[in-house]
Amino acid sequence: MNCIIIDDEQTARAIISQLCSDTNDLNVVEEFSNALQAIKYLNQHEIDLIFLDIHMPDFTGFDFIETLKKPPKIILTTSDDHFAIQAFEYECIVDYLLKPVTPERFKKAIHKVAGEINILNNKDGVQNFDSNSAHDLYVNIDRRLIKIDIQKICLVEAKGDYINIKTETDSFRVHSSLKKIKEKLPEQLFVKVHRSFIINIEKIIDIEDNSVLINKDVIPVSRSNRSDLMKRLNLL
Amino acid sequence: MEQPNISYIQNMSGGDKNFEKKLIGIIKSEFPIEMQVYFNSMKIKNFDDASEIVHKIKHKISILGLDESYKNAIAFEHGLREGDIALQVKFETTLMIITDYLKNFE
Repeated sequence: MNCIIIDDEQTARAIISQLCSDTNDLNVVEEFSNALQAIKYLNQHEIDLIFLDIHMPDFTGFDFIETLKKPPKIILTTSDDHFAIQAFEYECIVDYLLKPVTPERFKKAIHKVAGEINILNNKDGVQNFDSNSAHDLYVNIDRRLIKIDIQKICLVEAKGDYINIKTETDSFRVHSSLKKIKEKLPEQLFVKVHRSFIINIEKIIDIEDNSVLINKDVIPVSRSNRSDLMKRLNLL
Repeated sequence: MEQPNISYIQNMSGGDKNFEKKLIGIIKSEFPIEMQVYFNSMKIKNFDDASEIVHKIKHKISILGLDESYKNAIAFEHGLREGDIALQVKFETTLMIITDYLKNFE
């Protein structure tokens, strides 16, 4: 990710720059002590991420964002915590770092940005965030990537443009489709039993003619999907 | 009276002595300028400008681990916006402590 740093304080820029240099795939291409210089730069260059100080003389961080037609992802850096609510009015603002920024908090912010950029690239709310975490599924809810243990998923229900992912203890509403999530779930564990339902075979409690009981939910089984389901069961 | 330290800088650097030296060097060059801007603003009773520069200075106060002074700086910054200078002496004492501390670094 190519990024720029905008802060009128050199000390603050040096800290963010150092934190970036300790992070893989994060490349600081320019630093600016005022927002106007940065606007000129952004008219000619595309970047992925901006570290932006809010409190600057003449031109605040929020003024700066308003000038951008297509703002990239932005992490705000500030000494004031009272701008947080205003920050959430901007879709491009991914995180809000209080100065002095710690390496731990910085890493979290970068993780969030990486997740959001991945989502944009996939144009979908459901993804395997990391190839090393194939047992987990990351879903985008309110601009946060929530990790779900795939083994714990009981069922997925389609509801319009959304899906409900239910585990034994939680339910997650995600903007995605049944088709998309089916591609992300292991075939040996999950089966589609209805045009609106995918279930985890290991979570089945019992099966009646046209329905299956999973946890406390009675899920309809369509005629066309019933044979697929029956083939997957270890019948006596 | 609490004293400055470089714990945060060391945590940041992950043992990179060059970075520690560089950051302290930047603070040493920025801090006296900011302090001068502060005193100039106070001299002409421009409390809005003074508040702006206190905002910037307080970051350095927190970097140097002066937690109580940092809280005082926040209160002073807000007070200045209302023309309240009750915390001036306390804040300026912090500036002197930092100035003395930075002299220790070559």
